[in-house]
This record gives sequence, structure tokens and C-alpha cells, in this order.
Amino acid sequence: MMDWIIQPWPWYVSGLLIALVMCSLLFFGKSFGFSSNLRTLCAMCGADKIAPFFNFNWKEQSWNLFFLVGAGIGGYIGATFLSPEGYTVAISEETIADLAVLGFAQPNGYAPSHHFGLEALGNLKSLVILVIGGLLIGFGTRYAGGCTSGHAISGISNLQPASLLAVVGFFIGGLLMTHVLFPIIY
Amino acid sequence: MKNIKFLIVGTLFGIIMFKSEAASWYRIQEMFRFQAFHMYGIIGLAVAIGIPVVAIIKAKQLKDYSGQKIVFKSKSWSIPRYLIGGTIFGLGWALSGACPGPIVVNMGVGYLGYAVVLVSAVLGTLLYGVIRDKLPH
Repeated sequence: MMDWIIQPWPWYVSGLLIALVMCSLLFFGKSFGFSSNLRTLCAMCGADKIAPFFNFNWKEQSWNLFFLVGAGIGGYIGATFLSPEGYTVAISEETIADLAVLGFAQPNGYAPSHHFGLEALGNLKSLVILVIGGLLIGFGTRYAGGCTSGHAISGISNLQPASLLAVVGFFIGGLLMTHVLFPIIY
Repeated sequence: MKNIKFLIVGTLFGIIMFKSEAASWYRIQEMFRFQAFHMYGIIGLAVAIGIPVVAIIKAKQLKDYSGQKIVFKSKSWSIPRYLIGGTIFGLGWALSGACPGPIVVNMGVGYLGYAVVLVSAVLGTLLYGVIRDKLPH
């Protein structure tokens, strides 16, 4: 059993469990949508003085901030207690080869630490990538009214056409970044 | 504390995201290169379960734990809002290798660069809030 937990989980276990997360939030009278937290954080910090968009009762959304903190704790637990020794994400050989062409080293760990670890903060190019990535995510999710959890999971489960279009947008952006912009950036 | 249950569900979500590797930059690259079924399997199965669950909740008018009817707020249709907003998010998703939940998961894993992504994402949302009246919706 423990060995089974320590190994990376197959897609069918993960997909089932994510659906269960969505269901438990519905049971608790909430909806599964992570990016709303970004708006709540703005409102909490007093952004209602800058734009009326942040003038809402953010305390009603505070439950989602607990969910956010939990996500961080879960990441810590997963990495610290539930991973095999020397764990590296096993992606396909084709992806490894494509990334090597762009100058990425052989996968090591969960993400390239050169770009996302502490050392990225001392590297101007990595830092700019982190900042721009965040800005695009924060701006885009709110413009589109949701992210992967709110649109791709919750919205499509509700057969909402707007969510399907948003997911089409997610892929247009993701494919453009990966296939057109990555070769320029890296 | 009534919010403790959300901390617990959030923690489970974080563990699931980590263990499924859906929060891994490597997996997101693999997904956008169509080189594995993994991510499509995860999202596809979650939706394949979610669709009948939501349909049953609506049809049976099921209630939540406190006895309130579970309602789904539908978003009204718009092409520019979802297409442009979605595309902007998609650019950031691929560049960072993480959507909003996994940004926080990665911080817990120990990739501290994602703290910069999180702060910038809050600023991105702030920017949207400031200029939203000028954008097509």
C-alpha cells in the first residue's frame, strides 16, 4: 500500500480524485475555482481603493484561501513524505529530446530548478520569465473568469459553452507559447 | 473553525496535484507537445465523472451539507472574453508550467521561484481589475 502511494499516481487515480475534490466542495456549498483567490488577495490588500472590481465582500471568499494554503501544505507533504528517493518526473523521451534542443538539461526533480528554484531569483532572464508568466496567468484567468479548475473541470462538468471556449483559448495560448515562443525565449 | 474543512480538502488537492504530476512543469510541456496521454487522461476523466455528477445534482435538486440547494451559476456567453482571456492565461500556463493551483503546490514542494509567479499573478489580476472597463467582454 505504502509503496503504491510513494510511486507517482496513474492518470485514472488522479482524475478520479480531482473529481472527488470538486464534489466535496459542492457538498460544502462551494465551487471549485482556484484563480478567484487572486482577486480575493487583491481585495484583501485594499485594491478596492484602486478599482471597483475589487469592491466585494472578500471575507465570503476566505474559505478558498484556506484551500490555497492547503494546496501548498499538500505539495510539501507530497514532496517530503510521499516521494521515492531521487524522484524525477518520468516524461516521454520525445519531450526530453525537444527540451534538450531548447537547451534544457535532462529532467531532474519536479521542475527545472535552474528556472524555478531559488537560483532562478539570481538570474535576470529566469526572473523575467517568472514575472511575465505570473502576470499573464493573473490577467488572463480573471479576464476569462476562471482557470483550469473553474473552467476546464467545473465549467465543462456543467456543460457551459463559455468554459469550452475558454479551454480552447488556454490551448491556443499554450501551443503558441510552447511551439512558437519557446524557441525564441530559450 | 468552519474553514478547517477547506484547509483539509485543499491539502488533499495539493497532494493529488503533486502525486499526479499535474503540477509539474515537465508534464505541462509534454501536454502542450501532445507527447503523452497522461494530462489528457487526468482532465478527461475528471470531466467524465463531473458531467454526470453535476447532471444528477441538478436533476435531483440535491442539497449541500447545510441543507441549501446546490446551484450552478452559469457564465453568460461572450467570444472575446473567453477567447482572449483564455489565450492570455494559456500563454502564462505554458511559460510557467503551472496554472494557479499548481503555483502554490510548487511553492510547497520547494521551488521558490513560484513565489515570484504568485505575486506577479496577483499583480496581473490587479492590472485586469484596473483596466477591465477598456477591454472587450
